[in-house]
Amino acid sequence: MNSDLAPTTLSELAEAVRSSPHLIAVGARTKPGLSEVDWPRLVTTGLKGIVEYNPSEFTFTALAGTPVKEIAAALDEQGQYLPFDPMLVDAGATLGGTVAAGLNGPGRFRFGGIRDFILGVRFVDGRGQLLRMGGKVVKNAAGFDLPKFFVGSMGRFGVMGELTFKVFPKRTTSLTLKLAATDIEMATRILTEAAHTRWELDALDLLPAGDVCARLAGPEPTLGPLAAEILARFPGEILSTEQATSLWAELREFGWAHPNGPLLKLPLTPTELPGLHKALRATSESRWHVSVGGNVAYISVPDGTELSGFEQTLTSLKLVAVSVRGNGALWRGIRRDTEIASAIKAALDPEHRFPAI
Amino acid sequence: MLAPVINRLSALLPAQRLLTRPEQLSAYESDGLTAFRARPLAVVIPETAEEVIRLVRFCHQEKLPFVARGSGTSLSGGSLPVTDGIVIGMNRLNRILRLDPALRIAVVEPGVVNTQVSVAAPDPSSQSICTIGGNVAFNAGGAHCLKYGMTSNHVLGIKAVLATGEVVEWGGPSREQAGPDWCGLFTGNEGLFGIALEITLQLLRPPECYHTVLAGYRTLEQAGDAVSAVIASGLLPGAIEIMDALALEAAKAAVHAEYPAGCEAILIVELEGPREVVADDRVRLDSILAASGPVETRPARNSEERMAIWKGRKCAFSAVGRLSPDFLVQDGVVPRQRLGEALRRINAMAREMNVRCANVFHAGDGNLHPLILFDGREPGALQRGEALAGRILQMCIEMGGSITGEHGVGIEKRDYLGKMFNTEEMECLKRIRAAFDPFGIANPGKMFPSEGAPALQQSGLHPLEKAGVLSRE
Repeated sequence: MNSDLAPTTLSELAEAVRSSPHLIAVGARTKPGLSEVDWPRLVTTGLKGIVEYNPSEFTFTALAGTPVKEIAAALDEQGQYLPFDPMLVDAGATLGGTVAAGLNGPGRFRFGGIRDFILGVRFVDGRGQLLRMGGKVVKNAAGFDLPKFFVGSMGRFGVMGELTFKVFPKRTTSLTLKLAATDIEMATRILTEAAHTRWELDALDLLPAGDVCARLAGPEPTLGPLAAEILARFPGEILSTEQATSLWAELREFGWAHPNGPLLKLPLTPTELPGLHKALRATSESRWHVSVGGNVAYISVPDGTELSGFEQTLTSLKLVAVSVRGNGALWRGIRRDTEIASAIKAALDPEHRFPAI
Repeated sequence: MLAPVINRLSALLPAQRLLTRPEQLSAYESDGLTAFRARPLAVVIPETAEEVIRLVRFCHQEKLPFVARGSGTSLSGGSLPVTDGIVIGMNRLNRILRLDPALRIAVVEPGVVNTQVSVAAPDPSSQSICTIGGNVAFNAGGAHCLKYGMTSNHVLGIKAVLATGEVVEWGGPSREQAGPDWCGLFTGNEGLFGIALEITLQLLRPPECYHTVLAGYRTLEQAGDAVSAVIASGLLPGAIEIMDALALEAAKAAVHAEYPAGCEAILIVELEGPREVVADDRVRLDSILAASGPVETRPARNSEERMAIWKGRKCAFSAVGRLSPDFLVQDGVVPRQRLGEALRRINAMAREMNVRCANVFHAGDGNLHPLILFDGREPGALQRGEALAGRILQMCIEMGGSITGEHGVGIEKRDYLGKMFNTEEMECLKRIRAAFDPFGIANPGKMFPSEGAPALQQSGLHPLEKAGVLSRE
């Protein structure tokens, strides 16, 4: 029996929230680790559809349960896109889930992440009120920037019903290069140095297999000369269109990860990569993908893997990871509690209708 | 005679960094919105983060209102003092704590001036004096926001003392984060949450190459249509700006800028990137502009010519000061495709109300900057200017835009925030404010319309009525 709340309109959403003293909002459940609580579920996938899309404004508004795939297709028809490369698109990720999880893809490297493209949100707070924050135009400084706060908030402060985003025109041609790295030190050096060049790379990642992967996006005639310059500095190869498409899809869908077991998102800087790499080698069967020029690591281990040693490394590096998938703790590493976090929780959700974060 | 609370305050700082004499306070009575003035009880000049923390904790304990101030360039009256409170002058916290080119970040104190870390976006027109702390408090913008975003988009980490006295650290050197975006919430708080003590900024590598074009048009509509054509082409320029005839006149007078004759508007478009990419994009841009019916197009042939184009644009605000003893600057936003309509309506309203209004705007993101000129000594002129400003804000709301793109609500537009958000939403904003500042001591009177505004009540007259007697020098 399915007793999930499943609103299909924004007013039903507000009603659904009011109807249950405790609930956790979920979308397509592509990041189930973030909603691993035994509370009644509110499923947002019935809140579906693009409400407004103005290509000439570089903005769209869509209901939170709309699959990102549908949005990406509509944008693509107009030569536009969400430059942060939303993750788990083929898996069915929703727009609301993408914001709540705060998962950016490799494209975050060039123009910024979800936080840099979200403009407005309509959400239901813990009181059951449908509220609008932010705006619908690309630039807006009126009121506190609650839309940004919702990025990574995991449904703990309100349930998003509708979102407005900024989009960019998409370069029609791109080229992907695989740059050889013999060890983590070399990979880290490539990540750091390549980020500093005149090339304005579109993405810069460290692949699970250990090579660095760089993407150029721009007018077709410029790609060859820039690629040649990159390869003269960092030996490697240009991938065919098919190889590139399948590589980026594999990264986007976490195809490289263990199908079960914890999948962690770990924000960091390239400086921490060698130390972390060492800790991971001591953790059996661990895999990783480092994205956004070495600013985030996605780490996957099989179910039941002992993570205490790895967690000690996180603590010593003062890093905190969040569990995107898998059972176990939501957070890994030491998070500091703040009074303001409780005060904001009380301001938005005084009755603790949504779980604590 | 000093208020007792100021006597107690004096224990916290050396005497020379506690200003209480009228002649010392007068420099702090106003900011970039010169129509408003208020004299605080005292001004304190901390030199370290620890001193700021002590001061804020003292204010919390005493329920003493405080206004943090950088260089006082706010155009929305964001750093206007409160008469029953103190000003905390942040300029001496001006150290760059860490510059890490490898990670492309800088950690700075809030009193650092924007141009000292100029590889960080954004670029407000006041960037040579405005501070990063002020940029963070008001989420400052500039001419390059469409592509690069506002201040918030470049803030990776914040250490702050909240109005409760709590010291928090959010984010850090990574461009990624886990959990809710506290830095995003804090940036643009308009001083209502507390004071930033350390800010981690992402640094951008300056583009290898620019292509900056100035194009003159007979009519504003043509310039607006050219913007639409550029946007529709799929190009993503770093900046798209328009100046109208009156703004051009001002720029000519101020910096001897020279523009094509007979133009009602000029458009500035700037491409940037690796040289190969700019060379390719340039061909497309040039053909789009050629087809848009300009009187003349002038590509900058070198960096001096580029700087000259930007100098004319960025001086526009101060240049308008030469045309008129007083002016109000607005920064409402409209959907880009309604820019032409918005300008027609602004001009019609200005004519109808017999007010001169110059227009400079960030056309790429629909961010208007009407500069409403008036002579405060002329009876009724200010009221007409203010009434026009109000009608423009109302128009921005009706068009589905925003009352402010980058200057913030401050004191100037606080009566209009409630027109963008409904009662429940305003209550929600106030609850968030109260979570950070339960006593309402951090920059009170800004952003929210219903709060007491000591500065405004002090004179018994509408404070703008006094503006005409002030000198802008």
